[in-house]
Amino acid sequence: MEFLHAIFVAPFVDMWTDPFFLAELILVGLSTGVMYSLVALGFVLIFKASGMFNFAQGAMVLFAALTLVGLMEKGAPVWLALIVTMGVMVALSFAVERCMLRYLVNQEGLILFMATIGLNFVLEGAGQLMWGSDVKRLDIGIPDRPMDILDGKILLNTFDVTAAVIGAILVISLAVFFQKTAMGRALRAVADDHQAALSVGIPLKTIWITVWTIAGIVALVAGIVWGSKSGVQFSLALIALKALPVLILGGFTSVPGAIIGGLIIGVGEKVAEGYWGPAFGGAIENWFAYILALAFLVFRPQGLFGEKIIERV
Amino acid sequence: MHFRKLVLAAAGVAIGAGTLMAAPEKAGAAEQFIPMLVYRTGPYAPSGIPVANGFRDYYTLLNKRDGGINGVTVTFEECETKYNTKLGVECYEKLKNKGPTGASLVNPYSTGITYQLIPKSAVDGVPLLTMGYGRTSAADGRVFKWVFNPPATYWSQASAVIKYISRRVGGYDKLQGKKIVHLHHNSAYGKEANPTLEILAKRYGYELTLIAVDHPGQEQASQWRQIRRLKPDFVFMSGWGVMNQVAIKEAAGIRYPMDQFIGNWWSGSDADVVPAGDGSKGYLSTTFHSPGAGFGVHADIVKHVYGGDEAAAKENKLGEVLYNRALVNAMYATEAIRTAQGKYGNKSLTGEQVRWGLENLNITEARLKELGMDGMVRPIKISCADHETMGPVAIQQWDGSQWNLKPEWLTPMRDIVRPLVEADAAQFAKENKITPRSC
Repeated sequence: MEFLHAIFVAPFVDMWTDPFFLAELILVGLSTGVMYSLVALGFVLIFKASGMFNFAQGAMVLFAALTLVGLMEKGAPVWLALIVTMGVMVALSFAVERCMLRYLVNQEGLILFMATIGLNFVLEGAGQLMWGSDVKRLDIGIPDRPMDILDGKILLNTFDVTAAVIGAILVISLAVFFQKTAMGRALRAVADDHQAALSVGIPLKTIWITVWTIAGIVALVAGIVWGSKSGVQFSLALIALKALPVLILGGFTSVPGAIIGGLIIGVGEKVAEGYWGPAFGGAIENWFAYILALAFLVFRPQGLFGEKIIERV
Repeated sequence: MHFRKLVLAAAGVAIGAGTLMAAPEKAGAAEQFIPMLVYRTGPYAPSGIPVANGFRDYYTLLNKRDGGINGVTVTFEECETKYNTKLGVECYEKLKNKGPTGASLVNPYSTGITYQLIPKSAVDGVPLLTMGYGRTSAADGRVFKWVFNPPATYWSQASAVIKYISRRVGGYDKLQGKKIVHLHHNSAYGKEANPTLEILAKRYGYELTLIAVDHPGQEQASQWRQIRRLKPDFVFMSGWGVMNQVAIKEAAGIRYPMDQFIGNWWSGSDADVVPAGDGSKGYLSTTFHSPGAGFGVHADIVKHVYGGDEAAAKENKLGEVLYNRALVNAMYATEAIRTAQGKYGNKSLTGEQVRWGLENLNITEARLKELGMDGMVRPIKISCADHETMGPVAIQQWDGSQWNLKPEWLTPMRDIVRPLVEADAAQFAKENKITPRSC
């Protein structure tokens, strides 16, 4: 009876009596959701352009952040470290195309997926081999101080707000790129059918390099945001797991889906942890995110914004 | 095609050669083999690397400076666990029979791995040395013959923390009505202190709130919002790896006073305070040894292991909290071997003989001085019944650039903790049909 009360009554009474706590959880959830979206975007970009689920996206986040902070530790100014890291991510996309993708044209999705698992281990190892496994502090000047709202009833952090703005800018840019540019349309064509795209003159290699480069830059942004929060370290590679429920919810092919999905998961897990966590002994947000995503799948199997694929059999 | 074959062949040769070269030396003088379960990679590597380096450097120091332990060379081999229980058990199985007499003892360096190895070690005759971690009730040597957890367990530590808090608020009677949060890793390790804290809450009347954080702990915004609303007088944390770093940063983010935030001894390493920068100033943690590189043993390591190159030693974490902890752990292990040699002779000893050495380990202040560790760690004396010793616990504080030890050493509340240990051990004995030894 006590458990049922803790599930069905106490949380709602609490929300009613202390709405500021609810508001704070929602705001924190939104900012966390944007950060999840940043990681999910990398998956979406590559899936859109190649139909490949890139298992290495988390490792790319780690690799990019390690490179950036490693260069800064060597004395490079932030702007130079950023430029060089972007260059490294471009070089990585060339290497991926040259050493991996070109041998896998028109292969089954599972084969492509397995290849990215291999890439994941290579990047994790290479990043740590080059820059070490220590926890590194990343400070590129993003303001990071508590910010009182409504006389301190709600507390936010300037860092979270800045991260949300960065995420919003990135999403708008990507949406415009995909919808309004010839390259964006070509990317979508390649995603539909490699060989058909080739037959109408779309340069497959250029497309792949472009999309892996963009995914690399997105990984860098995600690495900066997450790395500034927790320090740059191996566990950055694990945040890819936080993107999975976002992808399930938002769909694997939708940039807006990654954003909306991220926000729903972010808010959902924070509110669930805050109000229902105590009833379950706490730490429910990890599995709750998947429950939430799976609940959506019951009604929309393709995700909120995913494409409904109808195949003739 | 030729090129690819050539590369594959070269890789095969390299791997084969590497395997041969990695095999431990068998021939020559007497040797004592100690397996090293390490995690230099994976999410917990920042904590695992200083620990692994500390063990390696101490064993190397003994070999180079003293020619081993009474002339018996210490040999060791690392096996990567990634702090993963399954890999840890595989490493144990791989290394338990190495060396002329098998593994002397095993330091699992993970509570999860320890729990898996407790039944195995008794069958294999390999003692487990779980210094400051693992199963708390293994302190009852009558039931857990093969497991040793000096100098203090999680339960002893929790009681010492409450004692420390009582000193801060002006006495045990002032604990009444105070709010204490235990922010813990959602794992067997993280939950270990909960029962003790709950019993002490009933005894002293403080309000205890348990808040769990899931592995790996990268996201704690919700937990810290709960803490902000609760306004606790103290937060005690049992975290590990990235959970610690994020927690300290989140605490700074909600302006929680750092000198009221106390980590356990696995939440107080140098890596933990890095990401929050100045925000982590004043953060406290428990410990059972001093931080820093100013002890005799460090000077010897620089001289004999690094050839006088102090910079190289520092690069290998010399003097960091977890490095020092590994030095203490390696010292306990090798002193146990030395103790056993006193009875069985200066030769390669079996696990059973080393177990006797652990059970009769008596490290005095005078011995610590000889080892260059006086002032760094407190003396201990293990017995058949007490595999823990309930050594005193200290508090250290981060000042923005280094950890500083507070002068008072806190004795755990034995009157509360020991009966809990014995009750839990008795339950284990009953469930596993173990007849407790009479000690």
